Amino acid sequence: MVDITPADAIPPAEVAEVELYHPHGWWTKYVFSQDAKVIAIQYSVTATAIGMVALVLSWLMRLQLGFPGTFDFITPEAYYQFITMHGMIMVIYLLTALFLGGFGNYLIPLMVGARDMVFPYVNMLSYWIYLLAVLVLVSSFFAPGGPTGAGWTLYPPQAIMTGTPGGQDWGIILMLVSLILFIIGFTMGGLNYVVTVLQGRTRGMTLMRLPLTVWGIFTATVMALLAFPALFVACVMMLFDRVLGTSFFMPAIVEMGEQLQRGGGSPILFQHLFWFFGHPEVYIVALPAFGIVSDLISTHARKNIFGYRMMVWAIIGIGALSFVVWAHHMYVSGMHPYFGFFFATTTLIIAIPTAIKVYNWVLTLWRGDIHLTIPMLFALAFIVTFVNGGLTGLFLGNVVVDVPLSDTMFVVAHFHMVMGVAPILVIFGAIYHWYPKVTGRMLNETLGQFHFWVTFLGAYLIFFPMHYLGLMGVPRRYNELTDMTVMTESAQHLNSFISIMAFIVGFAQIVFLFNLIWSIRHGREAGGNPWRATTLEWQTPQTPPAHGNFGKDLPIVYRWAYDYSVPGAKEDFIPQNVPGSFGLSKEPA
Amino acid sequence: MAIALVLVLIVVGSVLFHFLSPWWWTPIASNWDYIDNTIIITFWITGVVFAAVVLFMAYCVFRFRHREGNRAAYEPESKRLEWWLTVVTAAGVTALLVPGLFVWSRFINVPSDATEVEVVGQQWQWSYRLPGKDGKLGTSDTRDVTPENPLGVIASDPNGQDDVVVEAADLHLPVGKPVKMLLRSIDVLHDFYVPEFRAKMDMVPGSVTYFWFTPTKTGTFQVLCAELCGQGHPLMRGVVMVDTEQDYLAWLGEQQTFAELSAPQQTGSVDQTPRETTASGSKISARLETVEAR
Amino acid sequence: MSVVLVFLLVIIGFAGWWLSHQRLMAKPWLEQGVIGDVVGMEGSTLPTAKIGLGVFLAVVGCLFALFASAYFMRMALSDWRPLPVPRLLWLNTGVLVLSSIALQCASVAARKGQIGTVRLGLATAGLTALAFLIGQLMAWRELTEDGYLLASNPANSFFYLITGLHGLHILGGLVGLGRTAAHAWNGAPPERLRLSVELCAMYWHFLLFVWLAIFALLSGWAATFIDICRQLLT
Repeated sequence: MVDITPADAIPPAEVAEVELYHPHGWWTKYVFSQDAKVIAIQYSVTATAIGMVALVLSWLMRLQLGFPGTFDFITPEAYYQFITMHGMIMVIYLLTALFLGGFGNYLIPLMVGARDMVFPYVNMLSYWIYLLAVLVLVSSFFAPGGPTGAGWTLYPPQAIMTGTPGGQDWGIILMLVSLILFIIGFTMGGLNYVVTVLQGRTRGMTLMRLPLTVWGIFTATVMALLAFPALFVACVMMLFDRVLGTSFFMPAIVEMGEQLQRGGGSPILFQHLFWFFGHPEVYIVALPAFGIVSDLISTHARKNIFGYRMMVWAIIGIGALSFVVWAHHMYVSGMHPYFGFFFATTTLIIAIPTAIKVYNWVLTLWRGDIHLTIPMLFALAFIVTFVNGGLTGLFLGNVVVDVPLSDTMFVVAHFHMVMGVAPILVIFGAIYHWYPKVTGRMLNETLGQFHFWVTFLGAYLIFFPMHYLGLMGVPRRYNELTDMTVMTESAQHLNSFISIMAFIVGFAQIVFLFNLIWSIRHGREAGGNPWRATTLEWQTPQTPPAHGNFGKDLPIVYRWAYDYSVPGAKEDFIPQNVPGSFGLSKEPA
Repeated sequence: MAIALVLVLIVVGSVLFHFLSPWWWTPIASNWDYIDNTIIITFWITGVVFAAVVLFMAYCVFRFRHREGNRAAYEPESKRLEWWLTVVTAAGVTALLVPGLFVWSRFINVPSDATEVEVVGQQWQWSYRLPGKDGKLGTSDTRDVTPENPLGVIASDPNGQDDVVVEAADLHLPVGKPVKMLLRSIDVLHDFYVPEFRAKMDMVPGSVTYFWFTPTKTGTFQVLCAELCGQGHPLMRGVVMVDTEQDYLAWLGEQQTFAELSAPQQTGSVDQTPRETTASGSKISARLETVEAR
Repeated sequence: MSVVLVFLLVIIGFAGWWLSHQRLMAKPWLEQGVIGDVVGMEGSTLPTAKIGLGVFLAVVGCLFALFASAYFMRMALSDWRPLPVPRLLWLNTGVLVLSSIALQCASVAARKGQIGTVRLGLATAGLTALAFLIGQLMAWRELTEDGYLLASNPANSFFYLITGLHGLHILGGLVGLGRTAAHAWNGAPPERLRLSVELCAMYWHFLLFVWLAIFALLSGWAATFIDICRQLLT
């Protein structure tokens, strides 16, 4: 138990050490801005724009799968280019960029009580390099031969061979260059997120008083900083193989009857490097979602998050463990079979802290005062889809069960549910939650309800039945599911149904985009703290927060982020910067 | 309120879908019903957890939804409850893992009486090699691949001379005998996958991978490639016929050995094989072209 | 992947040590009031820039650890033909050590406020680092002339790739060093100059350490060392 200092005995917080860059003109204020909030919006808009491209690509793929032979312009070549770009954009350029570059930039300084990120200039560079990476990626659509069609895993040797679209053209080169740029840009941003949490916290903001959102983004960034180098190494080595003729990954190969001048390399080496990045990447996307959803549930259920300490420990535990499970993506890759024992065990162990997080979310609802706002609805939907996708992960993580299911539609359904639908539902919830802070206006409720129901139910109807296609043995990455004994007629009907649902869900996103734009001017005025939340970003003097975030004095933090419905307090929430003692000061009996 | 009802409907609907829908795995044709059983165990455990969590959530939403004058309880944590949940989860996870690892150790340990069959993948067709009378496969190397020697069998290895080579045609296997599939690729990654056999493994150029199984039913089964191998990937199909012992021997008798295949070429007579290779190769590319032309 | 796992263990150990001082077992809902003043937990007293550089060096370290992992995995395959390490590398190593020492002197001098020594140290460090880069290029040329081409063997490919990447990092450091030198000659405030010089020194020492590790890796000592460890373990 720590002494409680009376509030008036504390000197006002000093201005943070950070030397803020004060913009003078329009360009430095809105374009080459060093303000994390502007950078956050730039990241979000860019990620959403490129995400829309990926959404359209998924429609094209579903057209082909749902109605085979109907759409002539989707050649096998084009189909593989679509799946590759769809996967890569969604995982890296949308989810990673939006969670860390978007939400991280906006929320970290505000939530920890800082005026800005600690290295604003580097932060600005981070965005512009990200934009460059996106442009290079987009340029591959217009390059001779089109973008790469190697699958988002880019497995060599096929990724750099003629049998794959873009393999011997520009596609794969542009993809690798774009990834390398992304990693450089991300590292610049990531340094900011980590060091701001370490050094930028305002007085009184100890680690255990951080909102879980910050914990999630912080841990995910640390992981990303350590995992992305693996992708960097793999990309550089593959670029050498493709451009300079080395044989890091290229074994002796006979291509279409001709001996290639390569030899000795190991495709498995690439897979190890790729998944050493690729598995932590799953949690790089999941942990910010975990953190954000914890705050959404707590705020809208007017109740402290249940088991805060366990939640923090679980985030750290998942972060550390996720570096020793990568080879569960490689059970049938031909690696040494004894690895299967080790990686199946570590993979199933990681299910335990993850399950604890789920329990704590639902236990937060227990005896709460649940306001069924749109952010809350999205949070509930997240739990459903995440539990569903997480549990199917227990199939795929358990090495021998993975054998029949790997590379089937079961895998596609699993990862879309767990790292596609679930985190994106959190993103939507978070946008409905924080939009009032960013713009000062609420998003339209009716459009929001429509968006929620269509997205949630539609996405569930797409991906839940898809598991059963995989169970039947329908393989993934096939542009034609015809002439196949496992693909019965009824299964083809199911496939068409899935495609139709995909269009409907995609359409709902357009409604959402409309809502985003329309509400900037026409939304209801929100006020500074419409959700009556405790965390610091809702306590700013201006909404939207001005340059420097907190006006003259930085806030002082007197309590943790979850003082909702404290017994003895008049209101059902006490902001973190409100002094005074309420509630339980002793261990409950 | 609607959400509570929908959550219940999701659980009920998912369970009904699971039991009533026609979409279920193909009838098994190998000894790997162990794997199927592990999947069933996993379905039960995960299904119960899913239903429990979502129904509990639905109840909470219904029971504790906001009404005027409500106030949430104050409850930072409950160590005992959290420990209990951790222990129960750990038990559930163990119940999944232990049978899984047990079956995996069976999966990777090949019985000593298994006969070896080599599968060679290339863009985009399957070829096979069976040991001849000596029961041994000769060594091979991708660098030795030529139009006359499409599988890259090393000619100087005496074990290889009597190997039966089945190029771009159907594979036959005798029912009830364990086989060890040795998997090899001469260009990119492939994966030999017969849904009815449940087992599969990637084929990695430059190394030999394996899996084993015992076919338990006679019949014709489709081979699919289960690792993206370029734009012809979905067209890379094959056929495995599981025969009775008699039929199998009859088929085996019709096949040519490596020595027979390379012999006519030495005498300078008709070279049937290479033409066949290009034929089947061009068949695929023709198919690709027609697909593209559409 | 063992090298990078060992590297991560070190990072995790460091993170664990730091976290253990952050009262993660505390029950935050029982603590109201300002507690930062009591236990000093709002961040380290080290300058933020140093912490930033430290995090960045951890990322760079991870990158090279991954290259080392890939190196060992690729090395185990049959077509590996080690290449002779050019003698010149010994000289280059010496030059890089000199460079590091010069910056260390500059950093000590900056603390004492001896601007003349700082300038001398920075100039020496910059020139020796440039000399190192030129030396590396000469080593490349020597190898190429002897027929050890980039694509002819994976050992060669790794040699060029890893030394090249290390050289790029030195080049990046030279940009930072140039800015620091500008501070030193333009009479920047001593506090700021001191921090700047210290950051350069930190980066230089780290790159020297990385270079020594790379040198050990490329010349085969690292492999021998690991073999000995393996034998001791079994």
